[in-house]
Amino acid sequence: MRQFPAFVKKEFYHIFRDRRTLLILFGMPVVQIILFGYAITNEIRHAEIAVLDQANDYYSNRLVNKIGASGYFKITRALRNEREIEEAFRNGSIKVALVLPKNFGYDFYHGRKAPVQLLTDASDPNSASTLLNYATAIINNYQQEMMGDQQLPLTIDVQPRMLYNPALKGVFMFVPGVMTLILMLVSAMMTSITITREKETGTMEILLVSPLSPGKIIVGKVVPYILLSFINALIILGLGVFLFGMPVKGSLLLLLMECGLFVLTALTLGILISTITASQQAAMMISMVGLLMPTMLLSGFVFPLESMPLPLRILANVFPAKWFIIILKDVMLKGSGLPGIWQPTAVLCGMTILFIALSVRNFKTRLA
Amino acid sequence: MEKAIVTKDLTKRFGDFIATDAITFEVERGEIFGFLGANGAGKTTAMRMLCGLLKPSSGQATVAGYDIFTQTDRVKKNIGYMSQKFSLYEDLTVRENIRFYGGIYGLGRRQIKLKTEQLLEKLQITREADQLVSSLPLGWKQKLAFSIAILHDPSIVFLDEPTGGVDPITRRQFWDLIYEAAHQQVTVFVTTHYMDEAEYCDRISMMVDGRIKALDTPRRLKAQFGADSMNGVFLQLARQQNISNQ
Amino acid sequence: MQPIVINSICKQFGKLSALNNVSFTVEEGELFGLIGPDGAGKSTLFRILTTLLLADKGSASVMGLDVVKDYKRIRRSVGYMPGRFSLYQDLSVEENLAFFATIFNTTVAANYDLVRDIYVQIEPFKKRPAGKLSGGMKQKLALCCALIHKPSVLFPDEPTTGVDPVSRKEFWEMLQRLKQKGITILVSTPYMDEAVLCDRIALIQKGALMDIDTPQGIIQRFRQPLWAVSADRRYELMEDVNKYPDTASSYAFGEHLHVTLKSGEAGEAALKQHLSRHRGLSVERTQAGIEDCFMFLMQEQNQ
Repeated sequence: MRQFPAFVKKEFYHIFRDRRTLLILFGMPVVQIILFGYAITNEIRHAEIAVLDQANDYYSNRLVNKIGASGYFKITRALRNEREIEEAFRNGSIKVALVLPKNFGYDFYHGRKAPVQLLTDASDPNSASTLLNYATAIINNYQQEMMGDQQLPLTIDVQPRMLYNPALKGVFMFVPGVMTLILMLVSAMMTSITITREKETGTMEILLVSPLSPGKIIVGKVVPYILLSFINALIILGLGVFLFGMPVKGSLLLLLMECGLFVLTALTLGILISTITASQQAAMMISMVGLLMPTMLLSGFVFPLESMPLPLRILANVFPAKWFIIILKDVMLKGSGLPGIWQPTAVLCGMTILFIALSVRNFKTRLA
Repeated sequence: MEKAIVTKDLTKRFGDFIATDAITFEVERGEIFGFLGANGAGKTTAMRMLCGLLKPSSGQATVAGYDIFTQTDRVKKNIGYMSQKFSLYEDLTVRENIRFYGGIYGLGRRQIKLKTEQLLEKLQITREADQLVSSLPLGWKQKLAFSIAILHDPSIVFLDEPTGGVDPITRRQFWDLIYEAAHQQVTVFVTTHYMDEAEYCDRISMMVDGRIKALDTPRRLKAQFGADSMNGVFLQLARQQNISNQ
Repeated sequence: MQPIVINSICKQFGKLSALNNVSFTVEEGELFGLIGPDGAGKSTLFRILTTLLLADKGSASVMGLDVVKDYKRIRRSVGYMPGRFSLYQDLSVEENLAFFATIFNTTVAANYDLVRDIYVQIEPFKKRPAGKLSGGMKQKLALCCALIHKPSVLFPDEPTTGVDPVSRKEFWEMLQRLKQKGITILVSTPYMDEAVLCDRIALIQKGALMDIDTPQGIIQRFRQPLWAVSADRRYELMEDVNKYPDTASSYAFGEHLHVTLKSGEAGEAALKQHLSRHRGLSVERTQAGIEDCFMFLMQEQNQ
């Protein structure tokens, strides 16, 4: 039984002698998480806002100050008349305009309706609506502050609270997403490539002619990647926790075990791809188009699944990514235990078994 | 008459490594010149310099009368090139390949049309003209590749290991094409490490470790080394080299 | 027991018939050559015998074991050297050898005797990655790897293709030595001149065997008188011979043309007469080689 360790050792030689693979393996996770964490985020800070304060009284000044102090907005201009609003939007110097009417303070103080107008540049609808939400929240907050104890009998008091991610930090969304993406990429793409490489160079022929059973060949090729993927998962988690302050509310052990499970799912998927392709190029294409794109687009990572049309929502269930992201978020942010995430866990287990079964059925002990 | 290829002390260094070491030879017009040597002997480097793809480190050379240092554009216009590894686009049809190569050598549309018909007729593949090249047998591909390499009537054609692996009859048909081209005053420069292919050349140069170790007709080389084939000549040369290395 | 028995093997790839009713046997301790150009079906046959491919029809056995039913046992006892260089280019010489020893459940030390002669030649480069070896060295390493588990039958598929003449010669000497150690060898090659180095050969073309015999036996069956014709101006000579009505075949062989005549021996004088205007003319009877036989058989096959 010395065959197997020797095989795994050989596989490590391949990995460590190929700088490109190493770079992809360990460079990419770090670059991606930092890229997503810092640069590509849907959280908006210091959005330029222009104010047309026609009242210019105590109440209006306090509101404007509050908005300016929130951190979300930066007051760049004080406008003098309505014509300037349009102009400011046109030259792109502002994202939002706030218009306070002449009698704002008087109306507000006397408990009348004090209309506030918010204008946003909706050519980028996502950030427009985010900004509107921020602004509305600030204004509501201001209103409550000012009203103090004065309870009006028929006022509905809405008290929104952002659960699990109170600061609305985008990072909390992206760490699980990036982790899923990278584990998928490393595990599935790398394994499918490494197996097809043996086919391409002809070494698979010699391996098949040897007494090594096909099962051993596959497992031997995959074991190093299980290890490396797991290390990758640790790196990403570490970066998420220490660099971006991502919490791990649930059990760390459970989290790591779930990572292990997902790595396994992705690896078996990689094996499955390798059994149906003959060249590294084909394996790479299938992994890229068939796995990366759906992982990016259909997992809820970049675009919220809830806002997608039904067919896409149904399709998303097929990809392991969606389930893993649910698990990650639940364990890390909500602190769920196994009872809370048994469903997605079961789905991943089922997928893994299915992929293994399909791979075994497809794998040939011969060349054709 | 002007020589097809003249080189004098042509040298190419890659860092400390001397790939071709002061090679000097001449090739006559219409000659079939075999350029032999083991893998890594410097054949490819020498050929790339002559094709204007690689700048020599020192020495002189003219190809078709043009200086390979200063007139590489002219050189390229006057040579044809065929390699066993790559010559035709497998995913284009026979006709499309001909049109493409005619196009890159600047032949006019009417000329390409005329030459296409002649070529198809000569190779007897008119019926296969609109088939993908990938569907043709290897021997046909080689003949087609050679015919395309001389489509623009170059004065010299470079063949890089042209006939590996085909059956003996197809191979002879290929050489018949080469003889015919040489008869029409096209100079044929063949690099190969297949010694039996060398027997078909008018003259042969044998390269070992970047230098030309022997240059003559096959008959005289065989007499000189007391061998009955070019294979024997090569073995003798290699033996000498080993002795001088030790 | 005959180590290799092949019985009416057929193999089809789509429309292409790669092997068509191929049968032959290889005796114990024999060096048997399968000679034919690229695409003749050599590699397909090798893969069927090494259990990598299934034949469509027919049966075959290696060491008395059926290639379909007993494939696992065959895999343990044969050495296969694929046509393409199929070792790990990024592993060093010694790592490759050790790896292949281990997956065959043995060690380099246990079978070092068998590969010593070959391995000493590449030992100076044992730390070098296999991908950076010269063509001849690669083949030696591949042979070592194929031998390291002491196979009783060896299948080198085109081991000398693309290798320089010195390495080719060395490689055949190695095969001869292995044969003396009692290993049965089925080797394939596209080089006709290597045929004489085998005990027996099979000539294969377009998936069909054209002849099986000792090289001498095949040459002796070539009964037509053959002339080697040469002249100073080769192209004119070629054209002239091709147009000559009595010419049965004319093929270039280096500086000569190998010519057979329809009228056979009787036509020699007339041929000389016909070609007399060529300067430097030489018309001599010559002995056919394997290549002449191969072309003759190809012509018969095509008719």
